[in-house]
Amino acid sequence: MSWEPVIGLEIHVQLKTRTKMFCACEAGFGADPNRRTCPVCLAMPGALPVPNARAVEWAVKLGLALGCEIADRAVFARKNYFYPDNPKGYQISQYDQPLCVGGRFVVPGPGGDHEVGIVRAHLEEDAAKTVHVGGAGGRIGGSAHSLVDFNRGGTPLVEIVTQPDLHSADEAKRFLQLLRQTIVELGISDAEMEKGTLRVDANVSVRPAGSDELRTRTELKNMNSFNFVARGIEAEIERQIGVWDAGGEVVQHTYDFHAATGELTARRSKEEAEDYRYFPEPDLVPVEPPRELVDGLRGELPELPGARIRRLEAELDFDTALGLVTSGRDRLYERTAGDRRAVANVLMNQLAGAGVDPDAVDADELGRLIEARERIPRAAFAEALAKAAEPGFSADPYLAEEALADTAALAPIVDRVLAANPGQVEAYRGGKEGLLGFFVGQVMRETDGKADAKAVSELLREKLAASR
Amino acid sequence: MGGGSKVTVVDTLRLTAEDAAGLLEGRELSAAELHRAYLDAISERDGELHCYLRTVDAAEGDGVPIALKDLVSTRGVETTAGSRILAGYVPEFDATVATRCRQAGLPVLGKTNMDEFAMGSSTENSAYGPTHNPWDPTRVPGGSSGGSAAAVAAGLAPWALGSDTGGSIKQPAALCGIVGLRPTYGTVSRYGIVAFASSLDQIGPLTKTVRDCALLYRVVAGRDPCDSTTVEVPPVEIPEAEDLKGLRIGVPTELNEAEGIEPGVSEAVGRAIELARELGAEVGECSLPRSVEFGLPCYYLIAPAEASSNLARYDGVRYAIREPADAYMEMVERTRDAGFGDEPKRRIMLGTYALSAGYFEAYYGQAQKVRTVIADEHRAAFEDFDVLVSPTSPTVAFELGAKTADPLAMYLSDVLTIPANMAGLPGLSIPCGLSDGLPVGLQLIGPQFAENTLFRAGHALERALGFDVVPERYR
Repeated sequence: MSWEPVIGLEIHVQLKTRTKMFCACEAGFGADPNRRTCPVCLAMPGALPVPNARAVEWAVKLGLALGCEIADRAVFARKNYFYPDNPKGYQISQYDQPLCVGGRFVVPGPGGDHEVGIVRAHLEEDAAKTVHVGGAGGRIGGSAHSLVDFNRGGTPLVEIVTQPDLHSADEAKRFLQLLRQTIVELGISDAEMEKGTLRVDANVSVRPAGSDELRTRTELKNMNSFNFVARGIEAEIERQIGVWDAGGEVVQHTYDFHAATGELTARRSKEEAEDYRYFPEPDLVPVEPPRELVDGLRGELPELPGARIRRLEAELDFDTALGLVTSGRDRLYERTAGDRRAVANVLMNQLAGAGVDPDAVDADELGRLIEARERIPRAAFAEALAKAAEPGFSADPYLAEEALADTAALAPIVDRVLAANPGQVEAYRGGKEGLLGFFVGQVMRETDGKADAKAVSELLREKLAASR
Repeated sequence: MGGGSKVTVVDTLRLTAEDAAGLLEGRELSAAELHRAYLDAISERDGELHCYLRTVDAAEGDGVPIALKDLVSTRGVETTAGSRILAGYVPEFDATVATRCRQAGLPVLGKTNMDEFAMGSSTENSAYGPTHNPWDPTRVPGGSSGGSAAAVAAGLAPWALGSDTGGSIKQPAALCGIVGLRPTYGTVSRYGIVAFASSLDQIGPLTKTVRDCALLYRVVAGRDPCDSTTVEVPPVEIPEAEDLKGLRIGVPTELNEAEGIEPGVSEAVGRAIELARELGAEVGECSLPRSVEFGLPCYYLIAPAEASSNLARYDGVRYAIREPADAYMEMVERTRDAGFGDEPKRRIMLGTYALSAGYFEAYYGQAQKVRTVIADEHRAAFEDFDVLVSPTSPTVAFELGAKTADPLAMYLSDVLTIPANMAGLPGLSIPCGLSDGLPVGLQLIGPQFAENTLFRAGHALERALGFDVVPERYR
């Protein structure tokens, strides 16, 4: 039987507001443990939360980018549970009246658009960080003692919940890449999985291909890169198919993905039976985003990555379009005149290699460079790209350089290179024609990159054949 | 006091805060001397009464000193909320009301005893032992702000702050024969107040006179950016008029004829209502049937539900006591078992149950809906009346131990104060007479933000009643 995976994601985005969600403490990395704390985020008796207006605004912005409805009235709720990283004994989150509901996010793919439903996006506060010292697996059980750093506690988070609309690990990864790019472009989060500013849990099930039933799902946690998300989902899909094929039954459970081994380990099931006893947070009044604010933010939304990929795909190919957009180079691509394929290649290869901020590059100058790239020395081209983002950059000095294409001048250099590498010459003549690149490189080095690569190749081929 | 020839003898039993302020202004004595006079009275009488959990020796400020209920966070001064679980906890910050008192120059005299986490109506639930009623030390002062009320009644503080969730200012004020205001929800900041039930908790004054009450309310009321539930407050007027002309007073039948109201209490309240009529008020009957029937049961769903969550932070991880154990959850359980008394435990269990999956809608959800009904019923009554009156407490001060074995009987102490609290309305209790030699409180309830109306009515009645706030045994 062939199986279709059904995947839904829960994503936590840590907002990069200057201060925390409910107090004036500075948010972000870098301070000594427990330095960025106050009575509110340490849950001292009597301390009260005050919502961060910027965080609310940014959550609305994200909700709009996800195509959500923005609630006229959103209500903070308490999620009650005991854990050392949860100082109040409850997390302030949103429950039955979230800020953003019912969106859709378009993920373009090689085979066409795929629409992912967004159930909701709501605001909440991050937990503190615990370090469990001694014991197995960094878990609280069995550790010798635990240390808590409350610096992260209370940082604003947006939790996004998707519909189970994704049907492969690859699709999930692409969705996440696009979502991440969208978040970064909105300027509301660094959204880096490695740093934990973007966190993803996946709900995975499989069903017989063609059916629309929903079978028991499992939850995957602890995946801290897009690749690990994809690998974790892949592994879980395989595991579930194995269970069903063997006549077994998938059991609802939470698994941790271990990147080093590619293994999934089940969490103790006790933690899943928790009753969070949600109720409206009585210390806060409902959030009522003014219509004008929401409309204003909607008007400011940039064209979203998904749409841009679709647009670029028409003149390139899907993978290049995806690469340009998810690396944030597509705006420069569009600003730069010239052969589309050539511009895309330079941006994705040489410019990316040069580590240049694409948004700081003067596109007119870049266009002139790319147009002349066949003609000017390779080294000059590379140097020009490296400096392309500098203020006041001009392509002129580089365009003035001509590649050394004069055979008479190149011939002695070529002879010298061949004489210096007799072993390689023999190997070439023995059929290893791939060594041509090696010789070209040597000549380039001798000429400080000024030689015309095409002329050098011709000359080399000629000389290597002639004296055979 | 130039040559030092003049000696002002301070009778703290009689001295109102307003009079004390006059003495300071007239430079008849210094703030430090005034502070000392109260500390002397405390050493003299508090051994018997146990109003204070701790006193502050140095007067910080040049104004009239004040006693703070021990759930008001005071920077550098231990704050326990009457609980063992907070033993040794010294706040790093001041509650907003403490800050406002400091800014007004009011030195803190000390922290007063209370039922643990404000859960109780007799101050017997304090982990540090009960407070005794200055009118009769075999009796309770009421609660949970019993320490503050008894301190003011016994001349151990010119005025005090308490907190009121179900009646914790109004009821002890009544039982101790003083004035207590539970302000409109949202007018006084809760920032830094050890929380019991967030949607009901309010800070308010306990004083000898209605004018003192208005003066202290003026100090503490107002929007606070640190408490999102606070609002702008209309300017506070210090009452002067001695008549009640034009005031429409409603007498809700259910609040005045509820089961369990002692005859002596009804009589004293009846006389006060009669007096109000003589002062020019229009008095009429009205009805709050559902508020009185459902107020108490709904309160005992909402308050414990919120408490179960508010008290979750006492886990032994960050401050106050910790009972060591090998594992986190075991440490939390042992700490909470050792730190909480019976009443918080009872309410945490009630509240946890009321919020549990499958029960939430039937209990907490339903109770919140009833709360809207109660608010609507009061709103309708205020279309015809400016003020509603009733006894504050169905009984006068009861004997220590009389109700400790029966939580439900204790809960009924607040049956008359809870309905207005559930609606977020302001309520003033003034002493209106004696029954069997013990004070009776008259409750005046107003619409939201009608504190000025309550002060006006309370002041005129207070003048006409001429109640002597000094307990007979101290005269």
